[in-house]
Amino acid sequence: MASRYSIFSLLRESLRGHRGWTPAWRDPEPRPAYDFIVVGGGGHGLATAYYLAKNHGARNVAVLEKGYIGGGNVGRNTTIIRSNYLMPGNIPFYEHSLKLWEGLEQDINYNAMISQRGVLNLFHNDSQRDQCVRRGNAMHLHGVDGELLNREQVRKLLPMADFDNARFPIMGGLMQRRGGTVRHDAVAWGFARAADSLGVDIIQNCEVIGIRQDDNGVMGVETTRGFIASRRIGMACAGNTSRVASLAGLRLPIESHLLQAFVSEGLKPLVPCVITFGAGHFYISQSDKGGLVFGGSIDMYNSYAQRGNLPVVEEVCEEGVALFPCLSRVRMLRSWGGIMDMSMDGSPIIDRTAVDGLYLNAGWCYGGFKATPASGWCFAHLLATDQPHDVARAYRLDRFATGRLIDENGSGAHPNRH
Amino acid sequence: MRIPCPHCGPRTHEEFTYYGDATVRRPSSSSPDAVAAFYDYVYTRDNPFGLHRELWFHQGGCHEWLVVERDTRNHAIKGAVPARDVFKAGESK
Amino acid sequence: MSSRLAQGGMINRQQACRFAFDGAEYSGYAGDSLASALLANDVRLIGRSFKYHRPRGILSAGPEEPNALVELRSGARREPNTRATDVELYDGLQATSQNRWPSLRFDVQAINGLFSPLFVAGFYYKTFMWPASFWEKVYEPMIRRAAGLGRAALEADPDHYEKSWAHCDVLVIGAGPAGLAAALTAARTGARVILADENFALGGRCLAERRTIDGQPAADWAAQAIAELRSLPDVRLFPRTTVFGVFDDGVYGAVERVNDHLPVPPEFQPRQRVWRFIAKQTVLASGSIERPLVFGNNDLPGVMLAGAVRTYVNRYAVLPGRRAVIFTDNDDGWNTAADLVAAGGQVAAIVDSREPVIVSELSRRFPEIQAIAGEVTGARGGRHVESVEVTSRSGTSRRLDCDLVAMSGGWSPTLHLTSHKGNRPRWDEERSIFVPDMLPAGMRVAGAANGDMTLGEALVTGFRQGLTAAAACGFSGSMPTLPRVTDESTRRVPLWRVRQASGKCFVDFQNDVTADDVELTAHEGYRSIEHLKRYTTLGMATDQGKTSNVTGIALLAQQRSMSIAATGTTTFRPPYTPVAMGALAGHHRGMDFRPTRYAPSHRWASELGASFTESGPWLRAEWFPGPGESAWFAPTCREVKAVRSAVGLCDVSTLGKIDVQGPDALKLIERLYANNFATLAVGRARYGIMLREDGFMFDDGTAARLAENRYLITTTTSHAVQVYQHMHLCHQALWPELDVQFVSVTDQWAQFAIAGPRSRELLQRVLDPQIDLSNQAFPFMAAGEVRLRNGEPARLFRISFSGELAYEIAVPGHDGDSLIRALHAAGQDLGVVPYGLEALNVLRVEKGHVVGSELNGQTTAHDLGIGRMLSTQKDFIGSVLGRRANLIDPARPRLVGIRTVDRNAKLAGGMHFIPQGAKCSIEHDQGHVTSVCYSPILEQWIGLGLLTRGPERHGEKVMVVDPLRGAEALVEVCSPVFIDPEGARLRG
Repeated sequence: MASRYSIFSLLRESLRGHRGWTPAWRDPEPRPAYDFIVVGGGGHGLATAYYLAKNHGARNVAVLEKGYIGGGNVGRNTTIIRSNYLMPGNIPFYEHSLKLWEGLEQDINYNAMISQRGVLNLFHNDSQRDQCVRRGNAMHLHGVDGELLNREQVRKLLPMADFDNARFPIMGGLMQRRGGTVRHDAVAWGFARAADSLGVDIIQNCEVIGIRQDDNGVMGVETTRGFIASRRIGMACAGNTSRVASLAGLRLPIESHLLQAFVSEGLKPLVPCVITFGAGHFYISQSDKGGLVFGGSIDMYNSYAQRGNLPVVEEVCEEGVALFPCLSRVRMLRSWGGIMDMSMDGSPIIDRTAVDGLYLNAGWCYGGFKATPASGWCFAHLLATDQPHDVARAYRLDRFATGRLIDENGSGAHPNRH
Repeated sequence: MRIPCPHCGPRTHEEFTYYGDATVRRPSSSSPDAVAAFYDYVYTRDNPFGLHRELWFHQGGCHEWLVVERDTRNHAIKGAVPARDVFKAGESK
Repeated sequence: MSSRLAQGGMINRQQACRFAFDGAEYSGYAGDSLASALLANDVRLIGRSFKYHRPRGILSAGPEEPNALVELRSGARREPNTRATDVELYDGLQATSQNRWPSLRFDVQAINGLFSPLFVAGFYYKTFMWPASFWEKVYEPMIRRAAGLGRAALEADPDHYEKSWAHCDVLVIGAGPAGLAAALTAARTGARVILADENFALGGRCLAERRTIDGQPAADWAAQAIAELRSLPDVRLFPRTTVFGVFDDGVYGAVERVNDHLPVPPEFQPRQRVWRFIAKQTVLASGSIERPLVFGNNDLPGVMLAGAVRTYVNRYAVLPGRRAVIFTDNDDGWNTAADLVAAGGQVAAIVDSREPVIVSELSRRFPEIQAIAGEVTGARGGRHVESVEVTSRSGTSRRLDCDLVAMSGGWSPTLHLTSHKGNRPRWDEERSIFVPDMLPAGMRVAGAANGDMTLGEALVTGFRQGLTAAAACGFSGSMPTLPRVTDESTRRVPLWRVRQASGKCFVDFQNDVTADDVELTAHEGYRSIEHLKRYTTLGMATDQGKTSNVTGIALLAQQRSMSIAATGTTTFRPPYTPVAMGALAGHHRGMDFRPTRYAPSHRWASELGASFTESGPWLRAEWFPGPGESAWFAPTCREVKAVRSAVGLCDVSTLGKIDVQGPDALKLIERLYANNFATLAVGRARYGIMLREDGFMFDDGTAARLAENRYLITTTTSHAVQVYQHMHLCHQALWPELDVQFVSVTDQWAQFAIAGPRSRELLQRVLDPQIDLSNQAFPFMAAGEVRLRNGEPARLFRISFSGELAYEIAVPGHDGDSLIRALHAAGQDLGVVPYGLEALNVLRVEKGHVVGSELNGQTTAHDLGIGRMLSTQKDFIGSVLGRRANLIDPARPRLVGIRTVDRNAKLAGGMHFIPQGAKCSIEHDQGHVTSVCYSPILEQWIGLGLLTRGPERHGEKVMVVDPLRGAEALVEVCSPVFIDPEGARLRG
């Protein structure tokens, strides 16, 4: 059993050279069979396993990870959490997620540095303002917080923004104060530790290379560490969803695309909250460590390469400097890339598949991180009960066929435009 | 990335607009299963881990749609041909 | 007292540079780095570490520096976290220490060091959780203030940046011995060569070592090589240029520090320039970086890398200490002892961790130096090293007084650029180094970057790789005679950490990650190398682990009893060294962030005092204030009334225009538009809607049939490019058999709307008088070519967005300015007014026309009340999926008009519909208000909206709510056409 984390245990350990800490999670050998298998040891997979154990009493659960846990998008994102969505199918889900974030650290006894510093979406013209108002009102109707800031209020918050020489002057912003940032790696580790303590087997370096089926549906998975049987298998494989699903003969409304992200050198506090720039696609926040964490659009072409090219790097810096001209002399320290499971309407899928017992959690585009707890919560519910959770009812796989799409920005069936 | 445009030579990919999978074919609108066929055509993708044939438009050049063959694992481009040549030939995937 | 040697070095003693650090004035020479100048002035304490705020000095002499970070310059030009080792000294330089308060010497946060038993790796994940509300209020602000390093400037950067491209056959990265050799052999074949080096002086280690090449000092050989390269026509030398990233297909990102060696860039000169080098072949000759040794208090100022000590002594003529102890696990460390002695320094001892037999053998070659086979277990001192504890292999300990510790843990190849495309380096167990394995296409590696550590090897591999790279580009040459160099020995027995150390043993200096942290992390189950990095932050500082990564990997491997090869590395990512965001942004900032497109009437509108607004890339007039009018309201109302009562002029050139020609033009148009065009006669235009293939609305516009096989179609301003690309896709990929051609002519034509009951009268005055504009000759939706009064050709369309009798006239773009002036002048007595976007919007809302707020990509034709236009007789884009039941469901939110019940009430876009008396919550949400305006004709606020079952609810009263701003209003649902629903006026 893992040691409980608190200031007291930390003090105690500091007096004896920290020799008493137990590993945060075990490193078990896979058993021959499990009640539930979750494929993918990222944030969503680990959260799913945790809630399967915690909410549904499942004790015989395995998470299979082809590399190391937290090595995918949960460790590569820009750490933003928010529930400032527009579409009816999305708001309740993301609000559920935000509420889970709010109590997560005490629940899993791991400080993920959840920081509700606020998320501010800037708008630059009348039509963007109207869209922000439409969205803010949709949030209010759902009981979700949101405030409309005028230009002067934004200026007070962001005195270093360009108000005097901007090509697209800032007109105001929609602020969600409960939004913010989270220490992303800690989410994976915290869920892993909490799941492990409830008996979940987290099996790293175990790649799924086949999905075995019989007349009753799914039977188990072939892995690099042998066959593991289970009648309930959930896929939470983010950018690799199509690859894993193809093992079961499924073809999905998903393309894998590359998103780059960036961090600056460490700086004393400069950017007070999460800010999105409306005259392009740019978002920025500052980590507790002092680095500015920022990003922009995906690289636009299908990719599994986890690294991008210069045009997006330059575009993102252009937008950063256009928004905050003082960033010009701030240096970009590192860039990286993650593979996004871009769906055809920009919204996720948490649903059954055509194969009985095989479930799908995918299509998170580049919004998956903020969804982590609710995604795990709802996917666990689906795996345990075979029924969609109330707040994830809209995330059906058949909506692409029926036309009940959840297209937040109206881009249509072009994954790279969402 | 540099795309070898058959008309303009190797050009940086910023000059191009990406569209996506070039292997899907628009079904007949009059067939009885047209809705299902169009669903597949519009929404589902192989999304291969490896060679991908994809459409790019040379917006900053010759205004030609190209079918580019590119490896999604490492972005290595095998070649590019005008889309009209591919589609005129009635070539299927 | 100065530590500057009386002679030697690559500095210009004739050119003194005065500079300031933390307000104190010092002097150095041109050719100094800030670090060498500080050392020459005996300034040893430069900064404070990230977590424990420990005093830190200068560790290295290059881009790997983790400690000596300063804020360079001041005010709007302040550059935090600048490595003193990389800064080229200039007269007037100002630098300030950072991450300390109140001063560098007395930093109160150094108290963190006392809590270091608590502040181990990942401690923050285990605490600060109670009470939950304290995180944002107490803990986090405290952590944030303490964290971070330097302070960013708060003002806009006054300097400029450029971007440029350069193509070459062979790109050589690094101008040390290997790079120079490669550039020479490649350039001599006639290949186009680019040679880039991050330093301000080309030559690399040739400048830092007391070595000879063909009997002459290595620096002289380098100078000759550079002179020869300069003399060749197809060689470009880029000093001060860091190649920071490798991208696909031979694209290399580089940043040239054009004017960073001056206080302020000269007028019209950029500060920095980002290059994209496009190379057919590349020779990477980026050298190597020395590893520190891990012993107690190895971070004290005065503890330096042994190779850096040689750089300071030989290149900068600075003695970094009077009395040195050398600590090494390899032969190369002994060279530092020799160089220090040669420069007149004192070497207390050289401590070599290897077998005594090796030490005695080396000792015979350096008889003047006391050698100890053993380990330095700890350094002592307050803000500077004063002594070290040494334990010999036989177990005896002693203290040696010294003010400099030169340590060498061997050299790691600088192979970052080989890995940017995802290739992992390979562990070479024999040499205890990572070496490049798989390389990006077209790249080869020479010299120390490839593990070929000696000068002789660097020259040979450099010459060879330069030649092979040129050969791969089709150029041939031959190997030169190899120059004579003396042998070197690079033997090493790796010492990853001193076990019996006293004091903290740092692995990552800047982030204060110790060897104990690495071991604790592995013990807690974070066993992947990535977990180590992320849990401890090892390698995440501004140096990205250049001096710490390999040691961290080795320690993790030891802890896990695994091989280093199996432990693997973290990922090398661009940029190699941090790059200013301004350099990557280039000119695209401020008003030049994006291009600005001006409508043809822009100058005329400016002269009339128009207020402009952004409309995508365009700048468009939003209203034309009259005398005494200030804000938008009065001019907009006046303009609307003028259009409804007399005549108005509006520039509509921004709409996309596409000229479609060919025998199959109609076929293509029929398949693009959802409504019927087969019946459109020559000389007529028709409103058309395009769907996406998924059945949702894509765009709308008009298509005019100019001739049997020629159409001119218009698109919305915002979708002009998308529609054009879509048409090409349809033509080239879907129906390549169609014999049709088309081209965008958006910029070729200026187009103006002339709208209002007196528009015909006005138009007549500028057209050839022969032209008959009567309803019979030129009815509503007529289109054709006409002539202006001056004989120039024009196109005329009788189309109306305002609902009035209206025309749009188009002339070649360059004639737009004169035409709008002519129209304006000719209509004065008719009461002509120019009108802008605001009035245009009011006019179209009054008429119920949809624009971007309704065509938002989420709506169907059915939603917008134009579903009946969809042809059932033909195949068109969207025809199949547009028929899906959910897209034509009457329960969807559909277009309606709304008018306030209270005539004084106001409306706002983005309000939501709620049934009267219902609670303001999501169960009762029935859609939203898309567009609103104050109608000066109806004298009240009206709007358009998408309301659930809207068309069935005309006459019903519903609430529109804006809980975001605490507003609401009762509105009556009505037809979206408020004015002239019969269309009599536009046919008038």
